[in-house]
Amino acid sequence: MKNILKYTFAVLAVGFVSCEPEFDSPVTDDGFYTSGSADFSKYVSVGNSLTAGYADGALYITGQNNSYPNIMAQQFSFVGGGDFTQPLMNDNLGGLLLGGSQIAENRFVLAVGPNGNPGPVRLDGMPTTDVSNKLSGSFNNMGVPGAKSFHLVAPGYGNVAGVPTGAANPYFARFASSESATVIGDAAAQNATFFTLWIGNNDILSYATSGGAGVDQTGNLDPTSYGSNDITDPNVFAAVYSQQVDALTANGAKGVLVNIPEVTSIPYFTTVPTNAIPLDAATAAQLNAQFAAYNNQILPGLVGIGLISAEEAALRMINFSASLNNFPIMTDDDLTDITTVLQGPPFNLPAQLAALLGQLRQVNANDLIVLPASSVLGSTPDPNNPQGVIGVSIPLTDQYVLAASEQARVTAASTAYNATIQALAGAKNLAFVDAKAALSRVANGGIVYDGGLLTSQFVTGGAFSLDGVHPTPRGYAYTANLIIQAINDTYDATIPKVHIGNYGTVTVTNN
Amino acid sequence: MKKVLLLAVFALASAVTYAGGYRVSLQGNKSLAMGHTGVAVINSSESVFFNPAALVYLEDKFNISAGIHGVFSNIAYQDAETGANARTDSPVGTPLYLYASYQANDWLAFGLGVYTPYGSSVEYEDDWAGSHLVNNIDLQAIYIQPTVSFKINDKLSVGGGPIYVTGSVNFNRNLNRTLTDLEGNRANVTVDASGVSNWGWVASAMVNLTEDLHIGATYRSEIILDAEDGDADFENVPNSPLTPFADTTFNASLPLPAEMTVGMSYDFCENWTFAFDFNRTFWDVYESLDLDFANPEIPDSKNARNYKNSSIYRFGMQYEATKMFTLRAGYYFDESPVREGYFAPETPRNDSNNFTAGLTVNLGEHLQIDASFLYSHFKEVDASYNYYFENGVAVPFKGTYKTNAFVPGLGLTYKL
Repeated sequence: MKNILKYTFAVLAVGFVSCEPEFDSPVTDDGFYTSGSADFSKYVSVGNSLTAGYADGALYITGQNNSYPNIMAQQFSFVGGGDFTQPLMNDNLGGLLLGGSQIAENRFVLAVGPNGNPGPVRLDGMPTTDVSNKLSGSFNNMGVPGAKSFHLVAPGYGNVAGVPTGAANPYFARFASSESATVIGDAAAQNATFFTLWIGNNDILSYATSGGAGVDQTGNLDPTSYGSNDITDPNVFAAVYSQQVDALTANGAKGVLVNIPEVTSIPYFTTVPTNAIPLDAATAAQLNAQFAAYNNQILPGLVGIGLISAEEAALRMINFSASLNNFPIMTDDDLTDITTVLQGPPFNLPAQLAALLGQLRQVNANDLIVLPASSVLGSTPDPNNPQGVIGVSIPLTDQYVLAASEQARVTAASTAYNATIQALAGAKNLAFVDAKAALSRVANGGIVYDGGLLTSQFVTGGAFSLDGVHPTPRGYAYTANLIIQAINDTYDATIPKVHIGNYGTVTVTNN
Repeated sequence: MKKVLLLAVFALASAVTYAGGYRVSLQGNKSLAMGHTGVAVINSSESVFFNPAALVYLEDKFNISAGIHGVFSNIAYQDAETGANARTDSPVGTPLYLYASYQANDWLAFGLGVYTPYGSSVEYEDDWAGSHLVNNIDLQAIYIQPTVSFKINDKLSVGGGPIYVTGSVNFNRNLNRTLTDLEGNRANVTVDASGVSNWGWVASAMVNLTEDLHIGATYRSEIILDAEDGDADFENVPNSPLTPFADTTFNASLPLPAEMTVGMSYDFCENWTFAFDFNRTFWDVYESLDLDFANPEIPDSKNARNYKNSSIYRFGMQYEATKMFTLRAGYYFDESPVREGYFAPETPRNDSNNFTAGLTVNLGEHLQIDASFLYSHFKEVDASYNYYFENGVAVPFKGTYKTNAFVPGLGLTYKL
C-alpha cells in the first residue's frame, strides 16, 4: 500500500512538471505570425556601419547585438527565420588593433566630468580585437563600417595587407572569405532567401562630416580616383547599386532596399548652434571697429573691380552685437580667395591679415556646424594670447562648418541616389523603406513610444548614440520596426514588431 | 514531541508555496480534499486552523495531523504584439502543516498549529520581457498558533489563540527596461529580508444546531510584516554618478490580510457529509508594495497594488465508504483580489475554478493516511500592469497569461 502511494506520487510528480499551461493560440506556433510571400529561412544583411550595429564611434559586441538586422532576425524567428550570425568584435571597448597597435578608437560613453556635467568621452582600455585575426565561416550580417557603395564590389576590400594604406577595410578584413573577396560576392555566395541592402550613406556622409573638406566627384566616373571625403558620382552609385541588387536577387531572393537619410536629421549637424557666441557691448564694438575697413572699404572695393559679386560681398560682411547670439567667423573655401589681392595695392595689407581675410565670412543660419566644433568654438588655442578666441578673432576652419553650398551638393547627390534606390525597388518588386522620411520625423517632433518621445536631440533624445551619427539600440530598434512594416506591407507578412522602449540609449559610465 | 515540532518548523522554513493573491489554501489534506472547507466540520486536528472551537468536540483525547503538499504551478506569458513569451520555471513548492490537539476535559481542549497560509514562489527566466517588474520572488510566512477551545454547552463552543508569524522575502527585478553595465548585463536589485516577525490572533465559534448540522465562524487577524534593514543588493550597475545604486538596506511592509470564514456542515444518510465555507479575505490593506531604501541617493520603489477584498466559495463532500476508506471531493471558486490594470506578473492571479479530491485510508484504530489532490484552473486572460513609470511616463506591461497548478498532498493522522 505504502509503495503504491509512493509510486503514484512519483508518477504524478513527473506528470505535473510536464503539464504546462497552453495558450489557445501560442505565439510560438507555426502560423500565428505569417511570412506571406517571403521566405526568411536565410537572411543576409548588406550595408555599412548602420547595418553592422556601429554606435558611439565604434563597433562593439552589445552594439552588434542591437543591430537592426539582429533585432529583425529575432522577429523573423517567428516566421521561419534561421540562425543569424554576426562577425562579433572581441570586446565591448570597440577599438581595433592591427598587429598589436591601435588603429581605431574605443567607443564613447557618457561620463560625468569634474564640473559635474555629463558628456561623451572615449572609454579607457586596450582593445582586444585584432584585425589580423581572421574569423572563420560566413556571416549573415555583412555590414561593413566605413563602406561606400562602390566598396562593396571592390575586390581586395577585405585584404588585411591593404588596411594600413586605406586600400582595404579593417572590419571586412576580419571576415572576408579571401584576400580578393568582395563584400557583395561573399553576401551572394550565402544564397540567402531574404536580404536587406542599406548602402550609400557614406557616399555623402564623409563629405558632410568633414565639413565639405572633400570634393564633389559628380561627373567623375572612376571611383578609384576618389578621396575618402569625396561625394560619389550618382551614376557610379546607380551602376554599383544595381549590380548589388542583381547579385542579391539572382537566386530569386526577396528583400528590402533602404534609402539615404538627410544629414540635417542627425545630431552631428544639429547640436552645435550656428549663433552661440556671447559678447558684451564693449567687445562687440571693438570687433566691429576692427572689421569696419573690411566691411566698408575692402568688400565694396572688390565688388567695384569685379573680383567678387555683390552677393559674395554681402555674405562676407562681419557684424557682431552685444548679445548671446553672435555667429562665429569662419574660413569658407568656397569663397573667392582674396589673400593675394589684399597684399597688393590699393589695400597693401600685411600677409598675415590678408590671409585672415582671404576667405573670411561669418557663419550664418544656413550653415551647419559639426559636433566636434563644440570643443573648439570659443577656445583659446594659444594660452599666452587670451584674445585669440576661435570663432571671434580666429576663424573657425572650414572642416567644422557644412556651408549651405556644401549642403546643396550633399542633397543633390543623395536625392539622386534615393531616386535610384526607389526605382530599383519598384522595378524588382522589392520592399522599400523611406528612411529619409522616417528620420526626418524623428528630427522634427519625434516619435511617440511606450515610455516617451524618441527624438534626434543629442544624448537625451534617445535615437542617436554619442557619436551623433549612428543610432542607439533604441534608434536601431525603431529602424527594425520600419523595415518590418515595409516587409509586412510588401510581402503580405505579419511579422511582429518590437517595443523600442525595451532597447537602451546611451551608456553611462565613468572611466 | 518538541524535537518533532522543531523539525517541522525548520522544514517549513524551506517550504515554498503557491498563492492566489499570495494566499495559499493548503492547510490540511482532509480539508483540501473537500474543497478546503472545514469551518463547520468536526473531523480532525486540522480544526486548529479551520475552527479552533471545534477541537473540543473531537472524539479522541489526542489528535495529531501532519502533511505535505507538492505544488506544481506554472505561468505562461505572451504578448502577441511583439511575440515576447515566457514561462516560469518555479521550484516545486512543498508546504507542510502540523496540528495537534489535546482534550484536557469535557469542556476544555488545547491545540497547536504550525502552517503557512501566505507565500509565493515564482521564477521567470532572468531578463524576460517583464523583468523590470520581477525576475523571481520567494515569499514565506510561517504561522505558529497555540489554541484553546471551550465548550460552553452542547450547542456552542468558542476557541482562539495568539498567532506568531515569522516570514521572509527574497525578490529580484531589473532596475528598469534598459539599464546595463558596459558588458550589456542588465542592472538588477535583490531585496532580501528574513526573520521578520509579528503577532496576530484567531477567534472562532461553533454552533451545533442539531447533531448533524453545524455552523462555524473563524476570524484570523491581519498581520503586517514590517521588514526593517533588509539587504538591497544592486548588481551590474554602471560606474557613474548618474546611477548611484550602491548596496544599501531597505524597509518595507507586507500585509498578511485578515480572513473571515463562515460555513456549515451537514451529515446525512449515515456516511455522508456536506460542507460549505465562505471566505472573505480583506486584501484592501495591500495598497502598495513600497521599498524604502536607506541610501537617500536611491529613489524609493513604489509599486501600486490596490488589491480589493475577495471571496472564495467552497463546497465539499465526504463519504465514509468502508471502514478502511473515506472518500472526499470538493470544488471552490477563488475570486482574484487583483483589480484591472494592476495585474503584476509576480502574482498573476485571475479568478480560478478549483477541483479537489482525496481519501483517507484507516490503518488500524489510530493511524490514518490522508491523500488529496487539487487542480486549479485559470482562464487565459489578457491583462496589464499600468503603474510602472519611466521618467514619469506610465509604461503598461501587458500580455496574455495562462496559469495552472496541480497540488498532490499526503498526510498522516494519529489519534489516541
